[in-house]
Amino acid sequence: MLNFIWLFMMVMSVIIGLITGKIPEVVLAVTDSAKFAFTLALGLTGVMALWLGIMKIAEHAGLINLLTKALKPLLLWLFPDVPANHPAMGAIAMNMAANILGLSNAATPFGLRAMAELEKLNPYPGVATNTMCTFLALHSSNLQLVPATAIALLAATGALHPTDIIMPFVLSSLCAVIAAIVISKILERLSRFKPVEISASEETVS
Amino acid sequence: MTIISLSEILGNALILLFLVGIPLYGYFRKVPVYDAFVEGAKEGFPTFIRIIPYMIAMLVAIGMLRASGAFDLLNHALSPLLTKIGIPAEIIPIALLRPFSASAANAIVADLLHTQGGNSFISHLAVIVSSTTDTTFYLIALYFGAAGIRKNRHAIPASVMVDIVGILSAIWITQWLLQ
Repeated sequence: MLNFIWLFMMVMSVIIGLITGKIPEVVLAVTDSAKFAFTLALGLTGVMALWLGIMKIAEHAGLINLLTKALKPLLLWLFPDVPANHPAMGAIAMNMAANILGLSNAATPFGLRAMAELEKLNPYPGVATNTMCTFLALHSSNLQLVPATAIALLAATGALHPTDIIMPFVLSSLCAVIAAIVISKILERLSRFKPVEISASEETVS
Repeated sequence: MTIISLSEILGNALILLFLVGIPLYGYFRKVPVYDAFVEGAKEGFPTFIRIIPYMIAMLVAIGMLRASGAFDLLNHALSPLLTKIGIPAEIIPIALLRPFSASAANAIVADLLHTQGGNSFISHLAVIVSSTTDTTFYLIALYFGAAGIRKNRHAIPASVMVDIVGILSAIWITQWLLQ
């Protein structure tokens, strides 16, 4: 699917650029975005190494085990295909805890670790598992206890009661969380999304 | 104490709780904390090498699409329909851009905050809409890149639908509670 979406995005930008006369901007965006992607990934690497180091300490100290145990009923219900004491569960639990606390910088390394661990359990390597898709859909719902950045932004621009947004924010995040669970559980059963092994011809293309 | 400094203090306290609290706890559990840290941090750079091609592919395509003015066109095409279901015109570009680019959506939010002021309903709505969703396409490229996934199955439709539910419920619930 990404093959099509990626190509579609690039072809569309050329066609629309021709119509709007913005071809020079499109061309400029190519090098700019490539540089931006690299700096972004590089910046992410430093933060990632830091949090992966902290996570390893937490793992050795038994903290991840405690967290996974506390979240076990929820995690097992959400991700029935992952064994309860697998490292993937620990990474998922850490990712969720960091996200809910609003530490998105810490959440990303845990999330990437979770995906790499989930891939080890994958019966069809290279093909997304149900767990991965549910995990990503949940990630899109961006659940946090307190939207600290949003509150700070409003307060900085003169809002009298910036914390008013907590209630609607939490309620709409909950709607998104419920949607994430329901939608991914329905879609994973559809035959058009059935996991199929990557065929030999596709293997050579990649 | 103002709200800004309070949320800043809270955020900093949380980060330090993780960053210093975990090694401290580890030390008392007799973990060789420095060695464990280095062992874990070693995984950072290999992850970078794994994700960089995926991030360049996705962010270049998104950057080109933004520069071509595609989002402005989409905005014009969709706004008559979207204003009918109660989405204010100022919010539409935020909702359209947010799944692709956090920085582009944030720029529009910052502009709204600047012109409408933080006390206006529209500014409240704008920050809520941009916080209830994540940069879905970037996340999928990043997370699947890190795991070496090439067949996404229902990840994209599921995440996009979750974004739509998140954005619509953010708009409707905020209008219901705050307007």
